[in-house]
Amino acid sequence: MDLTFSEEQDELRKVVRSFLAKHSDEAEVRRLAADERGHDPVVWRRMAGQLGLQGLAVPEEYGGSGFGYVDLGIVFEEAGRALLCGPYFATVALAAEALLRCDDEAARTDLLPGITSGETVATLALTEESGRWDEQGIRLTARETADGWQLTGAKTYVPDGHLADLLLVAARTPSGISLFAVAAADAPGLTRTPLPTLDQTRKQTRLEFAGTPARLLGAEGTAWPGLARTLATASVLLAAEQVGGASAALDAAVEYAKLREQYGRPIGSFQGIKHKCADMLMEIESARSAAYGGLWALDAGDEREIAVAAALAQTFCSEAFTRVAGDNIQVHGGIGFTWEHPAHLYLKRAKSCEVLLGTPSYHRELLATRLGI
Amino acid sequence: MELDFGPAVRDFRDELRDWLAAHLVGEFAEHRGVGGPTDGAAWEVRLAWDCELSAGRWLGVGWPQEYGGRGLGLLEEIVFEYEYARANAPYRATVNALDLLGPMLLQMGSEAQKKRFLPPILAVGELWGQGFSEPGAGSDLASVRTRAEREGEEWVVSGQKVWTSFGVHADWLYVLTRTDPQSVRHKGLTLLLLPTDQPGVEIRPIRNLAGQDEFAEVFLSDARTGADMVVGEVGQGWRTAMATLGIERGTTLLPQQLTFEREAESLIDLARERGALDDPMLRRRIVDAWISVRIMRTTNLRTLAELTTGRTPGAQATTAKLYASTRHQQLGYLAMELAGPAGQIVGENYGLDTRQRSFLLSLAETIYGGSSEIQRNIIGEQFLGLPKEPRP
Ligand SMILES: Cc1cc2nc3c(=O)[nH]c(=O)nc-3n(C[C@H](O)[C@H](O)[C@H](O)COP(=O)(O)OP(=O)(O)OC[C@H]3O[C@@H](n4cnc5c(N)ncnc54)[C@H](O)[C@@H]3O)c2cc1C
Repeated sequence: MDLTFSEEQDELRKVVRSFLAKHSDEAEVRRLAADERGHDPVVWRRMAGQLGLQGLAVPEEYGGSGFGYVDLGIVFEEAGRALLCGPYFATVALAAEALLRCDDEAARTDLLPGITSGETVATLALTEESGRWDEQGIRLTARETADGWQLTGAKTYVPDGHLADLLLVAARTPSGISLFAVAAADAPGLTRTPLPTLDQTRKQTRLEFAGTPARLLGAEGTAWPGLARTLATASVLLAAEQVGGASAALDAAVEYAKLREQYGRPIGSFQGIKHKCADMLMEIESARSAAYGGLWALDAGDEREIAVAAALAQTFCSEAFTRVAGDNIQVHGGIGFTWEHPAHLYLKRAKSCEVLLGTPSYHRELLATRLGI
Repeated sequence: MELDFGPAVRDFRDELRDWLAAHLVGEFAEHRGVGGPTDGAAWEVRLAWDCELSAGRWLGVGWPQEYGGRGLGLLEEIVFEYEYARANAPYRATVNALDLLGPMLLQMGSEAQKKRFLPPILAVGELWGQGFSEPGAGSDLASVRTRAEREGEEWVVSGQKVWTSFGVHADWLYVLTRTDPQSVRHKGLTLLLLPTDQPGVEIRPIRNLAGQDEFAEVFLSDARTGADMVVGEVGQGWRTAMATLGIERGTTLLPQQLTFEREAESLIDLARERGALDDPMLRRRIVDAWISVRIMRTTNLRTLAELTTGRTPGAQATTAKLYASTRHQQLGYLAMELAGPAGQIVGENYGLDTRQRSFLLSLAETIYGGSSEIQRNIIGEQFLGLPKEPRP
């Protein structure tokens, strides 16, 4: 039974938290939110160089540190707490995972070291107009020509697609779903259109491909199982991020409830507020169990358990973060409704997380199916 | 759910599994899963089962050997509770003494009290009831009014206690009394051990909403007990009582949650039979019920892992009861809805099936052991550090 954190893991949390306190404070989050690119390359390189965060759970043979998902989950939780802006989720939770899960050793050897060293920003381009995260949602087609494979069609809602050096694109080929790699810089026929987002801390892009040359990863038509597994892993890591965001929102609510006075006493002494905060904590601790359960499952490696735990974590943590972020605004009253106050940043992040990998209803249905309900 | 607690306890686990396989048979096996912390069903069978456990030396696994226990560690206690719940053995009738009074005596009792009271608990020779609540002292336990006065070598106790679980079966009570008549609230309280077999003690059953005479009211009129029956110090009863309530070693939640898991599984079966899974609204609530029990499991495992590695349990330990009790109630409401009109029909003499009983009894889970409102106060004030409400 090892469902607790080691001292090394506590230390990792501390180090990441203090790094992010310096490099992703509110001023920095607001600066990047207002910026169209939303990314600080200097911090990105430090994350890789000083802390090795991009390659934390990548095996050493590809330039990573070979830690587990519990360790990586700690980083995502802290990233969520600090509302970290930039392509960390896209690169690490989606792209690096997709490479690890595809059946192409050469691609891993070629592409992962760039990610772990902090040189490459990468993302996974899967969703299209339908916004669906399942196999049927993938319509974009790839065609084999004399010069190799070419992609034609559009991907949208792609996280950090505007910045990514490396695009991993899920496409339909005659024999099924296949995964392709596109080096975005100067890729012929690629148009990238940044989409203005409700949550300005996480950027999205529309990608149009017109006969864009691409490298097939693994055997043609066999990519879906690896992608499904990637989405399961990413669901758990996103859940950890959601727990972190919710914790920060609760901290803010509690701090304010101790300070703000009405009727001659702190509002936190009123049960209406106190009990709301207690319920927020209960929600968060339950979400933590959901997310950590997923992380432990990932490290244990039982595929059925991973599929179940991932769907559970996304269903529960999405709803929990949104509720807690909304309650935080309620505890703050009018000030919480302003652009000046950070409360809305958490609410908006909560809403974008909620749909990032499919809505809670979608994940609830996945869970039901996986449980045979 | 299969959990492996590691090689160190494997022999212990195997011994227990073998013993359960050999002894949980016949009438005992027929009463699998029967009973609960406030469920008096099949009392005689459960008592006999406790005697069987006692003969096998399975009561007090973690208690010192000198008092009849096995002297094993927390991990073995956890394994015991887990395997016990896994086998779905009847709920122990003696659980109050095993989980609350015993640990309290081990922590705060005198040597003489431990020698006198612990062995009979493990031998199922004496049953105990908790006399804390009073008609005027519920959530606000510090307002107890039952008086105890010293007369020579005895304490003389008068007052009224209420909601004493399994009170009609109790040979002894541990009661919170006011020994300093001038005192208010937490000060001047004393915890006393009091025999029930005497003229000054009258115990009347109270019928609960499930139709069971489970808890009781206790009338004390010049009831007597020895001067040596004080646990902790005179005037320090609040501390002693709080120590009892603080005895939450994470071992009790595990069996409860396995029961909830069984209920969730049976709920899914029922829903399938009724075709309810095709109804999107019901389907959603069913999946959410399953999610709740799974989250309870992970929450408990987090706490157990912290306890067994010597860490201080995290915030989840303070919110676990609130979550489990409220979610279990929701599960009950849903099960009753799925059961439909057939779930509305009871047996003779208000005989309830498992589902009906579990649903009705779940309504107590948000009241006893600190109501949900009190839990939220505790979480808010003691964990989150929010200011207390000013006292009028
Ligand atoms: C099945 C069962 C078994 C029990 N077994 C035992 C036993 O063996 N021994 C024993 O001593 N006691 C026992 N109890 C008693 C139990 O501890 C009390 O019922 C409990 O403490 C609540 O007290 P009360 O019933 O007086 O309700 P009250 O305290 O009067 O509460 C009534 C309502 O008011 C709310 N409330 C009270 N104070 C506050 C506040 N400050 N803020 C917000 N809301 C508040 C409560 O949450 C509740 O909703 C048992 C109870 C039950 C239901």
